[in-house]
Amino acid sequence: MRAAVLADAAAQRRLSLAWNALEFVEDPEIPALSIVDLGLIRYINPQPDGRLDVGLSPTYVGCPATEVIRHSVTQALRTAGVGDFIVTQVLSPAWTSDWISVEGRRKLAIYGIVPPEKAASSMRDILRDNRPVACPRCQSTNTECISEFGSTPCKALHRCRACLEPFEYFKCI
Amino acid sequence: MSAALSKVEAQNLFRYVLRLGDLSLVLGQRLGEWVGHSPALEEDLGLANIALDLIGQARLLLTYAGEIEGRGRGEDEIAFLREHGEYLNAILVEQPNGDFGHTIVRQVLIDAFQLELYQRMTASTDERLAAIAAKSVKEILYHLRYSSGWLVRLGDGTEESHVRVQTAMDSLWPYTVELFADDELDRAMADAGVAPRLAEVQAAWIARIDKLLEEATLKRPASRPHSWHGKRGQHSEHLGYILAEMQHLQRTYPGARW
Repeated sequence: MRAAVLADAAAQRRLSLAWNALEFVEDPEIPALSIVDLGLIRYINPQPDGRLDVGLSPTYVGCPATEVIRHSVTQALRTAGVGDFIVTQVLSPAWTSDWISVEGRRKLAIYGIVPPEKAASSMRDILRDNRPVACPRCQSTNTECISEFGSTPCKALHRCRACLEPFEYFKCI
Repeated sequence: MSAALSKVEAQNLFRYVLRLGDLSLVLGQRLGEWVGHSPALEEDLGLANIALDLIGQARLLLTYAGEIEGRGRGEDEIAFLREHGEYLNAILVEQPNGDFGHTIVRQVLIDAFQLELYQRMTASTDERLAAIAAKSVKEILYHLRYSSGWLVRLGDGTEESHVRVQTAMDSLWPYTVELFADDELDRAMADAGVAPRLAEVQAAWIARIDKLLEEATLKRPASRPHSWHGKRGQHSEHLGYILAEMQHLQRTYPGARW
């Protein structure tokens, strides 16, 4: 009984060690955010064979950062000494910007990127949604989209007509 | 693959997944030609990002094809080391870029096709394809938002831009017929619930395209019977040039890594 409780406590410690380590893995394109803030780590599950299975979702299928992130995850877990693990690519359910945490949204805003507003739950939202995005600098809604795609697939480029600053918007997906 | 497949089933699924993957791969390569040459920086970014998403789709699909085939070929080997006749993309995607309007017209036609196809494929009996489809649909929506936005602006723009996109539509339209011409492979996939019926995809596609054409003040060209068989590996001369550029490095330096 006592041995089982101890083993359980050790397993819990190992899990929190892994989660803590991943909290410090930055997104290479948006260093303000950790991959945990972004909701890219879907789960960490101990396997019957003793390994930890770490579920990692890509934001966009062609995002070059995906490879870098996978590498960083491996490095971080090794450095933290969590023992044997595997990293599994999780495609389903597909990653959504809704999984960015409250903390993640706050960090994005401080970094100057307007966080995604709401769930793009229906096609109509993405194809027809032309509501203005508020400028992160002066809060004016007198803004325009100047490019649907920005420096990374996940962001669009906007411009504020009031204060004339360009800014980035993290797209809903 | 959910269950063990017979040899014929596996071979069919392999060829079908190549059709999907090659469509994304060849179009992604084509769009990549715009990098550094677009009319404006924003369009450079837009087209390059769409190209990246397409190559991302191709990676997932060609990796899967390699697993179905079971001969140890990975995504790179399948993408870069096959011969001309082994690529199974419909030939619309290998058509040259032309001017920006021409590229936009090709993109609208394909984006709408991929959207209607993959939306339905999220319900595929093949779990892997269903997952890839669900992931891709979200990105394709943004591609269509981009391409259809430009189609309307150019079609309903100046006299010059209108003439150019109508000309592009007239010259590209005949190639769309191949997308929906189902052969025994398409039918076998639909029968197995792996893929939707192409007639169903076509009906939804044409409704979507007609609405866009109206908004863009463009005319829908007449559909004629086609004699293209890119889906069976019979390509236009354009694919050869694409492959020469795409495969040059892999063939010159076999196994090169960076």
